[in-house]
Amino acid sequence: MTDNGPMIELRQVHKWYGDYHALKGVSLTVNRGERVVVCGPSGSGKSTMIRCINRLETHEEGQIVVDGIEVTDDARHVAAIRREVGMVFQQFNLFPHLTVLENLVLAPIWVRRMARAEAQDLAMHFLARVRIPEQAQKYPGELSGGQQQRVAIARALAMRPQVMLFDEPTSALDPEMIKEVLDVMVELAKDGMTMICVTHEMGFARTVADAMVFMDAGEIVETAPPEKFFASPESERAQLFLSRVLSH
Amino acid sequence: MRTAVAWVRVNLFGGVFSSLVTLAAAYLIGRWLWAFLDWALVHAVWRAPDGRACTAASEGAGACWAFLGQWGRFILFGRYPYDSQWRPLLVIVAFAALLLLSCDRRLWGRWLSPIWIVGLVLNLVLMLGGVFGLDYVPTDLWSGLPLTLILAIVGLALAFPLAVLLALGRRSEMPAIRALSVAYIELIRGVPLITVLFMASVMLPLFLPGGTSIDKLLRAQAGFVLFYAAYLAEVVRGGLQAMPKGQYEAADALGLGYWRKMRLIILPQALQISIPALVNIFIAGFKDTTLVTIIGLFDLISTASNAITDPSWRGFYVEAYGFIGAIYFVFCFFMSRYSGSLEANFRRGRR
Amino acid sequence: MRSLKPRLGALLLQGLVIAAVVGLGVFLVRNALDNMARAGIATGYSYLDREASFEIGQSLVPYEPSDSYGWALVVGLLNTLLVAALGIILATVLGTAIGIARLAQNWLLKKLALVYVEALRNVPLLLQLILWWDVLRVSAPPPRAAWHPLPGVFISVRGIALPWPVLSPPHFDVPHFAGFNFTGGITLSSEFAALLIGLTVYTAAFIAEIVRGGIEGVRHGQTEAAQALGLTRAQTLRLVVMPQALRIIVPPMLSEYLALTKNTSLAVAIGYPELMSITNTTLNQTGQAIEAIALMMAIYLAVSLATSLAMNWYNRRIALAGA
Repeated sequence: MTDNGPMIELRQVHKWYGDYHALKGVSLTVNRGERVVVCGPSGSGKSTMIRCINRLETHEEGQIVVDGIEVTDDARHVAAIRREVGMVFQQFNLFPHLTVLENLVLAPIWVRRMARAEAQDLAMHFLARVRIPEQAQKYPGELSGGQQQRVAIARALAMRPQVMLFDEPTSALDPEMIKEVLDVMVELAKDGMTMICVTHEMGFARTVADAMVFMDAGEIVETAPPEKFFASPESERAQLFLSRVLSH
Repeated sequence: MRTAVAWVRVNLFGGVFSSLVTLAAAYLIGRWLWAFLDWALVHAVWRAPDGRACTAASEGAGACWAFLGQWGRFILFGRYPYDSQWRPLLVIVAFAALLLLSCDRRLWGRWLSPIWIVGLVLNLVLMLGGVFGLDYVPTDLWSGLPLTLILAIVGLALAFPLAVLLALGRRSEMPAIRALSVAYIELIRGVPLITVLFMASVMLPLFLPGGTSIDKLLRAQAGFVLFYAAYLAEVVRGGLQAMPKGQYEAADALGLGYWRKMRLIILPQALQISIPALVNIFIAGFKDTTLVTIIGLFDLISTASNAITDPSWRGFYVEAYGFIGAIYFVFCFFMSRYSGSLEANFRRGRR
Repeated sequence: MRSLKPRLGALLLQGLVIAAVVGLGVFLVRNALDNMARAGIATGYSYLDREASFEIGQSLVPYEPSDSYGWALVVGLLNTLLVAALGIILATVLGTAIGIARLAQNWLLKKLALVYVEALRNVPLLLQLILWWDVLRVSAPPPRAAWHPLPGVFISVRGIALPWPVLSPPHFDVPHFAGFNFTGGITLSSEFAALLIGLTVYTAAFIAEIVRGGIEGVRHGQTEAAQALGLTRAQTLRLVVMPQALRIIVPPMLSEYLALTKNTSLAVAIGYPELMSITNTTLNQTGQAIEAIALMMAIYLAVSLATSLAMNWYNRRIALAGA
């Protein structure tokens, strides 16, 4: 499905958890090759929003369209979208009972129906790209946090997605391992991958982002290019947030 | 899911397989439910002079609730003297009240044990009689629901202190005590309850001097206590193991001796953690009281079996066993619901 | 440097405890020997060689009443193992299916599985066995009007007749009605059928909860990661969830298998000749209760210990690398 339209479009998306209004009319457009960084205080709905994109959460009102396919209850739509959208989680979520290599080839074999040999070549290619090809036969439990997250990125990339979603990828890492993961993400961005990244890492955002999206209390408060966002944020809430985040 | 239609679509007809299952299940449930209601209500006979008349009146296609009207009291109280049956009835009510009272968390701590001890003693006195102008009723006439309750409650109440000693013994640093505790626990847990009951019922008289006879109920009760002490001990041990080492260290640092440390600091917390698992053992124990029917005690299964062999009311085993099955179910179901809510509460508290 | 006193105190206490236990043991054994001598009951295990002189309804190996008590015990043990083995296999299959059904998306299926589990877990097993036995014994029709739920399967007062494979020439020997009963195939006695069905159905309810707990115990993030990669629900269950769930499931599952094996002893109440029943008959006839019960407990204990060892071996083998 190659349109020339936007890669991802959210139009007036609402979501409730029971009575709690988690997303209040969120609208966002992400074009091909764009890198969007979403920031904001905890509980602002950032994770909820991107998890709605690949239907890990369900939205109640509004539309979400990924590469021309709308996100609905239709299982075939959801399956098609998940093939094209890669996700990296805060808790890595590697499969502990499989080796690193097996983690990477699982989806290509069972979802894209690749032959095992071809999938393994693909997996080794991406493991080299995240710079840990020698760990292929190890189990996730034997790797450091930074290594595990890089494997998780490679696992998502092995499906050759059109878009990568990152849900606070470095928040669960010890400080000395954050850089190795961010370096991989920067490289990915330089290669032209469309990304939406929820993160607190403002240095990374300044380097990579085409647009900064600030969310608070379930709504998008401000969208701006990073230079403008960091230098002179318009909304008061964004100013407050930035003063807290950048001061230490 | 905002609308009922959306809910039905996803949860009942979410795919080809799911839809087929829904249709098949709805059909089967409909048929069985209809057949059951037909048997239990539509064609049921509520009054009849004897078994044959009952079957005739329902044309063999309906339940004979008249059987329960005639035999229900016997099934519940068994051979207990007819005129004194208000006493076991009171005992049942008292136990129910005690159990419901124990669910109130405000009473946990200082008040619960004294209340239970007093309640148990009063109930046993009420059943036995011989004082306060009550007629004496020997234990071999105790039967039915009061007997089941007494076996379960007294059994587990006595097993509990023994279980605590065994659990402490198993964690002891003294090798002889640890070995004895482990041997006891593993031996008992490795054999079926019925063998322990047989051992108590058949072997115990042989082990005592000069053929002293022990009351049959006491023998069964002893077997029960010895068996469940081992299982309760493992639960308590789990609680003790789950205690953070810091608690032990803090108590030691304060200079408390071993028994004070256990009594004041460790055991209260360990037992609280174990309560859901302890309730589960209690449920199992309550169900296991049925085994005493095999060694000749007159519990609910015995009374029910007896009732269906009466010559003028033969063969209504579905009604009889359904009745006692319902009693067990109600009891166990509510206890397990309570245990589940306790567990949920503890998990929330510790988050 | 620990002082001598506490160590002395501990030694003293242990000495006292051992002395008390030994003393109790001596006391009990002396009384037992006394009582048994007075009642003229023999001691020792020589009775195992004596003639049993009672019938056994169902036996996997040839048995005559003229065989010894020891041989009767072997027959009983084999019957126990037969029911246990079949029960374990059937209960695992049924229990796993119901456990998965508890987590199905179809609401009706979920609730039916819940009703099954709650109904069976809250009613005593003995009562369930007695009910099944009565259904098969009392309600079942005479052979000539037997229930015929499946091709080749006949349920009557005489038991359940099933087709049985024959080796040469390879075919199924299907039971057919001849004279007053069924011939061909195999016939399971009502007692055996009631015990097997009752144990299977009851244990399956507990296994269902173990399986459900295992699947739910796998962290939710695993399912999310699999779904984000595009795996279907079935693929997620098979490739990601179940392998991890098995690690959680196997230890309590083995305990359940052990419980089922021990529960076969309830057959004594419905007349199936397994280990407990045969021991019961033996001790009634010989009067040597202590030896008979001790021997039976030793056998059950051996089975339990074997299962514990198996569980420990399994746990060590499947521990996740680096976990």
